[in-house]
Amino acid sequence: MELDRRDLLTALAATGAGSTAGCSSTRRQATDGGDVSDHDADTLVALAEVLYPSSVSNVGEFVREYSLERVAADAEYAAGVAEAVGSLDEYVSEWHDVPYAELPTVERGEILRHMTVDTADPDPDGVARERIRYYLVNELLYAFYTTPTGAGLVGLENPPGHPGGTRSYRRGPDS
Amino acid sequence: MNGGVDRTPSGRVDACVVGAGPAGALVAAELASAGYDVVVLDAGPRFDPADREARMERHLRPGDREPVWDMGGERDAYSATGAREYPLNAARVKGVGGSTLHWQGMVMRLHEQDFRLDSELGVATDWPLSYDDLRPYYAAAEEELSVAGASDNPFAPPRETPHPLPAFPPSYSDSLFAEACEELGIATHSVPNARNSEPTDEGGACVGYGTCKPVCPSGAKYDATRHVARAEADGARVVDRAPVQRLVHDDAGDRVTAAVYATPDGTEHRQEAREFVVAAGGVETPRLLLLSKSERYPDGLANSSGLVGRYFTDHLFAGVGGTLDEPTRQKHVGFNTTESHQFYDRSDGARGAIKLEFLNYAGPAPADVATGAETFGDDLLAEIRGAYGNRIAVGGLVEQYPRAENRVRLDPSRTDAHGNPVPDVVWSLDRRTRATIERANEIQRSILEEMGTDVDWTVGPENTGPAFHHMGTTRMGTDPDESVVAPTLRTHDLANLSVVGSSAFVTGGAMNPTLTIAALALKASDHVAERL
Ligand SMILES: Cc1cc2nc3c(=O)[nH]c(=O)nc-3n(C[C@H](O)[C@H](O)[C@H](O)COP(=O)(O)OP(=O)(O)OC[C@H]3O[C@@H](n4cnc5c(N)ncnc54)[C@H](O)[C@@H]3O)c2cc1C
Ligand code: SF4
Repeated sequence: MELDRRDLLTALAATGAGSTAGCSSTRRQATDGGDVSDHDADTLVALAEVLYPSSVSNVGEFVREYSLERVAADAEYAAGVAEAVGSLDEYVSEWHDVPYAELPTVERGEILRHMTVDTADPDPDGVARERIRYYLVNELLYAFYTTPTGAGLVGLENPPGHPGGTRSYRRGPDS
Repeated sequence: MNGGVDRTPSGRVDACVVGAGPAGALVAAELASAGYDVVVLDAGPRFDPADREARMERHLRPGDREPVWDMGGERDAYSATGAREYPLNAARVKGVGGSTLHWQGMVMRLHEQDFRLDSELGVATDWPLSYDDLRPYYAAAEEELSVAGASDNPFAPPRETPHPLPAFPPSYSDSLFAEACEELGIATHSVPNARNSEPTDEGGACVGYGTCKPVCPSGAKYDATRHVARAEADGARVVDRAPVQRLVHDDAGDRVTAAVYATPDGTEHRQEAREFVVAAGGVETPRLLLLSKSERYPDGLANSSGLVGRYFTDHLFAGVGGTLDEPTRQKHVGFNTTESHQFYDRSDGARGAIKLEFLNYAGPAPADVATGAETFGDDLLAEIRGAYGNRIAVGGLVEQYPRAENRVRLDPSRTDAHGNPVPDVVWSLDRRTRATIERANEIQRSILEEMGTDVDWTVGPENTGPAFHHMGTTRMGTDPDESVVAPTLRTHDLANLSVVGSSAFVTGGAMNPTLTIAALALKASDHVAERL
C-alpha cells in the first residue's frame, strides 16, 4: 500500500493547510509558517512508522512533505509540533541516550504506552502527553485515515474530509 | 466604524430585516431585486468561506474545543428549564447565513394533511392557509434553493414542475434497504436536497467531502449566504455583528419606527424603516418581541394574544441501528438519498407524522476511531475494521403536536453580553409524541430485522432528542386572540411588522422546516412589497 502524491494533497486539503486565505477565528491560522526542523520531521516519521499499519510503505516521504507543507501554512502548528517533539524527547531521555526518533521501532510503541499517550485525551493546551496526542499522534492518524489510502484499507475510499466525488457512495463492495 | 466596517445606520430605508438566515436573506433578496432599499442586521459575524476547511477539521478532529461555528459564550447564553434539556447552541448558528451554515439541507414540502389537522383528525389547529395557497411559493422556493429532487415520491403532495436539479441517485446501502422494504410493502423514494447535484451559477456540484453537517467546504450545499450575496448585488446593505436589542414603536403603538442595535464597539444605533421584518429564528424572534416591551405593550411587542413564545415545537429523532454481516458502504457522503413518507399522513389523531430516513452515514468513520483509539499500527487497523464497514441504521423524524406549555420565555435571572435576559426554552414530550416515537422504532426495527441486522442501538422515547427545528413561537392565524401573525406574516398588532420563519408555523408535521420557511419568506416579501 503506497501513499502517493494525491494522498498528500488530500491530507493537506483536509487539514485546511492547502487553503490560501487567512482565517482569523480558527485555530489553524494561515499565518506565515516557519520551517519544520529536520529533527521534528524525523520524529514524525518515526511515530508514523508505529502508528500506521505495517503494510504501508512510503511513510517517510508522505510525512515529510505533509508536515513541511502544512507548516508552511501554519506557524502555530509548527510551534505545537516542535514543543511536543521536545516533550517526547525529554521523556525518552530519562531512559535512553538517544532522542525518540532514533529508538528501535518496538521501543517507540512502548514509550507511547508507557507515557500513556495511548489513553490521553488530545488537547492542544493540555499536559505533555495530551499535547503529544494532539500535535503528533492524532495529526498523523488524521492525515492517514482521511486519505483514500488509509481509509481505503478498511473499504472506504472516500472518507469524510476527502472530496472524493459522488460516485463512490453508489458503488457496491465488489465493483 | 469597527475594524474598517461601517456599522452606522443608513437613513430611513424601505425595509429593515433582522436576521440573515434563509428567512431574512430571502426577504432581503426579493425586496432588493424589486428595487427597494433594504438593510439587514445580523447578530453574528460574516464567516470567511476560505475558513471552511479549517472548520471541517475542527469538526473531524477531536481536541480543539472551539465550536465549529463559534456558538456559545455570553452572547449566546440561554436557559432550558423544561422537563427535557434543550441544547440550544447546538441547534443554531448566528452569523451571515444563519443556521443553514450548519444544516443538513433536506428540503421537503409539508403534506396537504399538515395544514388541516383539526378539521381532518380533530387534533391541534388548522393553518389559516392550505397547501394550495403555498404551492406556487413552494415551487419558487425550490428554485431559490436549487433543490435536487425527483418526482418519484408516491406520498408527496401534488407538484406542477420538476425540481430544478436532478435528484442524487440512491446509495449502495439504499439498495440493501430497498429489498427489505419491498418485502415488507414499504415504498421508498428519493430525498429532495438543497445541494447541487450539478453545478449552478452559485456553486459547484457536490464533491463528496461528506461533512455537510456541520460544514460544506465546497459550497455545494445551499446556505443563505447565496441570498445574502444576491441581495447585496441588488444594493441591499448587510451589517454583521449588529444584534438588535429591541424594536421601538410610535406613540400610538401602531407602527415600529426603529430597530435599536448594538455594535462591537459598544455603541447603540437606531435603524429606521418603513417596514420591519423579524427573521431571527424560532427562539430569538419571540425573544426579541418580548424584549421590546413598552408602556403600550407591557407583555412584549405583537403579543396582545399572549402567545409570543408559546407552542414551541420541534421534531424528534427516532432511530435504530446495528450491524450487517456484509459491507454497507457508509460515510462516503454526508447526506441521505432515500426516505419513506409512507407513515407520514395520520389515519387518526392517536399519533403524529413519521418520516423515515435511510442513513448513508451510520457508525463511525475510520478517522473517528483512529483519533480516539488506545491502539496503534496493525492493532488499530484491526480495531477500525471492527468498527467501520458493516454499520447500518434507519433514522427518522417524528411529529410533536404543539402545546402551549412548551415555550420560549425570558429568564430574568440571567443576562447575555448586552445585559438582556436570556431565552429560556421550556420543552417537554407528551404521551402521544412518545407513542409516535415508539411506532417509528417498531417500523425501523422491522426493516432492519428483515435485512438480518444485528440491532444494537435504539433512539426511542427515553433518549430521543430534538432535530433543531424551532417552530410555533409566533403562530399564524386569522384571529388576533389566537395567533400572533396573519396569513400575510404581518403581526396582528403592528401595521408594518412582519415575522418570517418557522415561528409562524401552526403545526410542524415531520418534515424539515426550511423549504416551508423559504416559501413563507417569499410570500411575506410579496405582502411587504404591496405595502411599500
Ligand atoms: C444541525 C442542524 C441541521 C439542520 N438540518 C436541516 C435540514 O436538513 N433541513 C431543514 O429544512 N432544516 C434543517 N435545519 C434547520 C434550519 O437550519 C433552520 O430551519 C433555518 O436555518 C431557519 O432559518 P431562519 O432564517 O429562520 O433562522 P436562522 O437560520 O437560525 O437565522 C437566524 C439569524 O438571525 C440572527 N439573529 C438572531 N437574533 C438576532 C438579533 N436580535 N438581531 C440580529 N440578528 C439576530 C442570527 O444571528 C441568525 O443569523 C437544521 C438545523 C441544524 C442546527
Ligand atoms: S458531501 Fe456535503 S459537504 Fe461534501 S461537497 Fe457534498 S454537500 Fe458539501
